[in-house]
Amino acid sequence: MTYLIEGETGDWEVVIGLEVHAQIISKAKLFSSAATEFGAEPNSQVSLVDAAMPGMLPVINEVCIEQAVRTGLGLNAKINLHSVFERKNYFYPDLPQGYQISQFLEPIVGEGVITLDMPEGPRDIGVERLHMEQDAGKSLHDQDPKRTFIDLNRSGVALMEIVSKPDLRSPAEAGTYMRKLRAIMRYLGTCDGNMEQGSLRCDANVSVRPVGEKELRTRTEIKNINSVRFVMAAIEYEAERQVKIYEDGGSVVQETRLYDANKGETWNMRSKEEAHDYRYFPDPDLLPVDLTQEFVDEIKASLPELPDAKKQRFVNDFGVAVDDAATLVADKETADYFEAVAESGNAKLAANWIIQELFAVLNKDSLGIAESPVSSDDLGKLVGLIADNTISGRIAKDVFEVMVTEGGDPAQIVENKGLKQITDTGEIEAMIDALINDNPDQTQQYRDGNTKVTGWFVGQIMKATGGKANPQMVNELLKKKLGLG
Amino acid sequence: MNSLTDLTIARSRDGLDKGDFSAVELAEAHIAAVEAARDLNAFITETPELALERAMASDERRAKGAAASAMDGIPIAVKDLYCTDGVATTAGSHILEDFTPPYESTVTQNLKEAGAVMLGKTNMDEFAMGSANITSYHGNVINPWKLDDGKDRVPGGSSGGSAAAVAGHLALGGAGSDTGGSIRQPASFSGIVGMKPTYGRCSRWGMVAFASSLDQAGPMTRTVEDAAIMLQSMVSHDKKDSTSVDQSIPDFAAALTSNIKDLKVGVPKEYRLDGMPGEIETLWQQGIEWLKAAGAEPVEISLPYTKYALPTYYIVAPAEASSNLARYDGVRYGLRVEGDSLDEMYENTRGQGFGAEVRRRIMIGTYVLSAGYYDAYYVKAMKLRTLILQEFQQAFEGVDVMLTPTAPSPAFAIGEKMDDPVQMYLNDVFTVPASLAGLPAISVPGGLSDEGLPLGLHLITKPFDEETLFRVGGVLEEAANFTAQPSYLEGVA
Amino acid sequence: MHIPGDSFRRLKNHLTRVKVVDKATVLNIAKLARIKVSESETENLAGELTNIFDWIEQLNEVNTDNVEPMTSVVAMAMPSRTDEVNDGADAERVLQNAPDRPADAQGNPLAFYVVPKVVE
Repeated sequence: MTYLIEGETGDWEVVIGLEVHAQIISKAKLFSSAATEFGAEPNSQVSLVDAAMPGMLPVINEVCIEQAVRTGLGLNAKINLHSVFERKNYFYPDLPQGYQISQFLEPIVGEGVITLDMPEGPRDIGVERLHMEQDAGKSLHDQDPKRTFIDLNRSGVALMEIVSKPDLRSPAEAGTYMRKLRAIMRYLGTCDGNMEQGSLRCDANVSVRPVGEKELRTRTEIKNINSVRFVMAAIEYEAERQVKIYEDGGSVVQETRLYDANKGETWNMRSKEEAHDYRYFPDPDLLPVDLTQEFVDEIKASLPELPDAKKQRFVNDFGVAVDDAATLVADKETADYFEAVAESGNAKLAANWIIQELFAVLNKDSLGIAESPVSSDDLGKLVGLIADNTISGRIAKDVFEVMVTEGGDPAQIVENKGLKQITDTGEIEAMIDALINDNPDQTQQYRDGNTKVTGWFVGQIMKATGGKANPQMVNELLKKKLGLG
Repeated sequence: MNSLTDLTIARSRDGLDKGDFSAVELAEAHIAAVEAARDLNAFITETPELALERAMASDERRAKGAAASAMDGIPIAVKDLYCTDGVATTAGSHILEDFTPPYESTVTQNLKEAGAVMLGKTNMDEFAMGSANITSYHGNVINPWKLDDGKDRVPGGSSGGSAAAVAGHLALGGAGSDTGGSIRQPASFSGIVGMKPTYGRCSRWGMVAFASSLDQAGPMTRTVEDAAIMLQSMVSHDKKDSTSVDQSIPDFAAALTSNIKDLKVGVPKEYRLDGMPGEIETLWQQGIEWLKAAGAEPVEISLPYTKYALPTYYIVAPAEASSNLARYDGVRYGLRVEGDSLDEMYENTRGQGFGAEVRRRIMIGTYVLSAGYYDAYYVKAMKLRTLILQEFQQAFEGVDVMLTPTAPSPAFAIGEKMDDPVQMYLNDVFTVPASLAGLPAISVPGGLSDEGLPLGLHLITKPFDEETLFRVGGVLEEAANFTAQPSYLEGVA
Repeated sequence: MHIPGDSFRRLKNHLTRVKVVDKATVLNIAKLARIKVSESETENLAGELTNIFDWIEQLNEVNTDNVEPMTSVVAMAMPSRTDEVNDGADAERVLQNAPDRPADAQGNPLAFYVVPKVVE
């Protein structure tokens, strides 16, 4: 399904490119040995370098380089063995040096690709580049009516800026791209992807054009969107706004906008469009980053299995449906959870139970899989009990509910509550005989050819056994008794 | 004369070792000299108490036979560009008024650990931008060399305070910094030795930055041997500076063997300027003769691109400075001049906090980096820098050292050359090429001008070959036998 | 090679192209550099910068088409630091020189820098 905006003059296509800022997982900052932890007291993670005291000099954190390379490899991207840090010069109180150390003309990672699993099939989205840069500090505007407070804890924290090509064509694709990129980085351990804490932020470049038009039209940039949902909503709003401007005979102005999540609107960030002139030039306090191919190869050899490969393996080795596999690999914790449950022996059953039953429970309480009330070990045991016919799927749901609310080992719950499936044919046969005896009308109906009444018989047996009778067995015995009678 | 302030570092060390005098006595003599010479305006901040404290500690070490180095107990002057823990550091600027760093620069830390006794922080051109020490917020420094005309002369710059302190016998050595000649040119103007080591020899950590790819610390002393001794206590490989080089450190003073037999001395013909004052040309010729007499072989060489070094420098240095000085914004330290908005606060602070020359250079630097001019100016300059470096590399395949004048003139009177910035910039015409190529160089007093002002000779060598520099410098020094003293000393003696 | 005085002026006369830095340019640069310049200073700076760029113009005599710009003065690989936290845990150390600090109701300084309100 192509995403199109129906205008009065015809259909419009939306063209989106995303610039994602991802905080590199590292203990210390990009160019200093101050901590990067979230939520510390103001200015308590600020070295002399981060505060840009006179004479202070940057020295690069080797782990940040590794993480950037690792991420580049995870995006199937070209690693540039030679890259250069430049200074991006501008004045802002949360930028102590008066410049941001970033990479401009020669980034550490070049072109790559991210494959999206869209309902209509896979879509390859180009990655233009990935570069390293320093984060800025934080401005607090709400502490004082006349003044802005500055906290430099974030100042100098290592970021990766990952720039996509303008290949995305719908809010849904943009959302999927964000989730996929986040999943890849979490798999790699290079970014925790926590958007609430700001370790993943997104700028969206949006333009629209009539379907069939080849040239790109003027784009606007929506800055600093901090959730996947808002990315999609902001793009949707912005694309429609632009279509309306064109259809009203106007033209879109290239500008920076912000998304107001409360109003669901974007608005122009700067009243007067200030001319930016960042005066980039190579940072003379640093030397070029020159990597060896061996260094890159070593990192490559240590990469974990990434979502696409994992999905393929789940399909091939476990026989999981493609869609289910895609759902399971969307984040690494779920995939790991699934693999643990699948050890119970029935991977398809495991997938179904996670996607249907467990996700329902987690979604209800907005829990992540890491906070699941049921451990993968216990869920695996439950699946095992179903697989070996100890309990029926229906009973399993009851057991699962107990596991969720009270916890405990499923086998123990089955034992304690006497939920074990009745597989003794003699016992069930006796019950059927009694039923036939006590209900001559229904028996007659059946014998007159109304086989629908079987359901009534099965129901009665299940009721009598508290659902513990093996339904398949009941069916077979019923047929035998009634049919032969 | 013959007081403790007239000694050299080497002789002071010997005297201290022998117990002829104590470090405290040496410090007291210099503290008195500093106080008596306030009319030179060589110091921005005097630290007599700190000096005595360190001198006492030095005496205690020596008494235990545990002198830290040849610099232990030696009183020195430190350019106010080095951040010093607990001691005000201004870089000669209003914008750093009241700034007291809670940290010590690597170079001054090294000197401190070597036992050197800091007498105070010396005056300098604001942010090291100048060649005459007339751009300091703290006023002009007066050259101890005076003539009968009654005019005060500049000490050169930007390390003019350190130069005046050493020339005026207020300190045995001075820590200077050199970006385009800021150690060597004032050394020439003040009749002392000024040495800039290879870029990367001394850490830049804690030095207020002017132009990062050019700034380099170095010693200013009264003899070549002293320069070698002092440099020994300044250099180090510093992991806090990404451009600090991990290079073995030789015994610099041991290089002063006087043996320069068969050494090839390049004499670059392009340094011979049309209309260069005859006294400069004469001294240069004399220098060539001295080296020849000592067994070296003068070779005329050609460095055609060096003619472009100065304009190249005046793109590169201001460009880096414009960015390096962006941190002085009135937010975290230093001067703040309030304004109604953030931008007004920035503009007021920087407009009033920086002096005219610094503002001018920030403007030049901002311009050459701005959109549309970056390639034409900055990239062009960095290409020229490559050519200048390559030219030096090729030349050093044929020669061991180069000899040139240090400056195109002797010290001029305060007030001269002030209307035209470009004229002022030409002071560094001989020193800038080595800076652009990161090469070590030294200025050694060669003689006096016709009027009686000191003139320096300038030696340049290959990267990390400071030993050759000291060896040849020592020979020049011996041959020149420069015994003249600044008239100021006669006045105070 | 150019020396002080006459030869410099001679060189200037030889320049075929004179690049003029006008007042508007000066004001624009001053704005970028966040430096307040007075009206009279603007005039002076325009003249001085024109002079300086006239002089710099001589670099165009050199053909640098096939020359790589210098990337570093020292011939070595960039050093790096290990990923260890051992700095920056002392807010007072970086705040003690601040020209202005906000305070709480009791007048105790807060651990922030402060600037005139930034309007967003």
